Amino acid sequence: MDTLNYILEYIGLFFVLLGSIFLFLGALGIYRMPDLYNRLQAGTKASTLGAMSVVLGVGLMQPNWLIKLIVIILFIGISNPLSSHALARASYRRGIRPFFKKKMDDYESQIRDER
Amino acid sequence: MSAKTFSYSQYFYTVFIIFIIWYAFTTSLQPAEIVTGIVLSLLVAYITVVNFSCCNPILITPAHIIYFIQYFFVFLVALVKANFDVAKRVINPKLPINPGIVSFETKLKNNFAKMVLANSITLTPGTLTIDVVGDKFYIHWIDVTTENKNEIYKEIAEPFEKVLLKIYGSEK
Repeated sequence: MDTLNYILEYIGLFFVLLGSIFLFLGALGIYRMPDLYNRLQAGTKASTLGAMSVVLGVGLMQPNWLIKLIVIILFIGISNPLSSHALARASYRRGIRPFFKKKMDDYESQIRDER
Repeated sequence: MSAKTFSYSQYFYTVFIIFIIWYAFTTSLQPAEIVTGIVLSLLVAYITVVNFSCCNPILITPAHIIYFIQYFFVFLVALVKANFDVAKRVINPKLPINPGIVSFETKLKNNFAKMVLANSITLTPGTLTIDVVGDKFYIHWIDVTTENKNEIYKEIAEPFEKVLLKIYGSEK
């Protein structure tokens, strides 16, 4: 039993490390990207896997909490993309235009049709 | 709040889901905990059922469970790929992005399935769902490689939609 806990603890530490690397990259992405939409992309994806991985790592180190932590992981998995979608949609409708290298925007005509 | 009606099956479905979440958080078999959970689920479900049940619950068969597991793996692989993809772009000093907003039409009719598809797209490589209007999905794509509608659909949605179509079919 002791060796199992020992192994689980190291796997958990690995997941926490991996998660923190992803969270760091997400933060770097928010700093480097040119506009809101690209920042949301970097922020959402990296921070979703980062947070999930950190929480899972803690769960492996403390097996009693594992079920609760899995519920939290599911919750992150549902709420994170939802909130970034809401932010992107609201900012587009408020008139914040995305950055383009070459213009490609199907959504613009949709908004125009609605008005 | 609009006065929408709901059926008993929708109500008990909501109660069931809320109770499962309660049980996952408490993880104890003590009668007091379970009774509190049931009472609270009945109460919370009564308040939220109108907004909670946007769509009729589908009957779950063993085949569905297999598809759900298949979906989960398709999704997990895509999620991990998405993270490495974004990480690569962020680290690269040239910041190789070519953003644009593309659209495609889905064959899914069920609202819940559309929600799942939209969320999955948001979590996969370089794509972020901005809006869903009827059958049309508007996607912010970090690196637009093609302007052909079919190829856009293939790139972004096909792997998920294939599995979702098997679960929900194309009916409402």
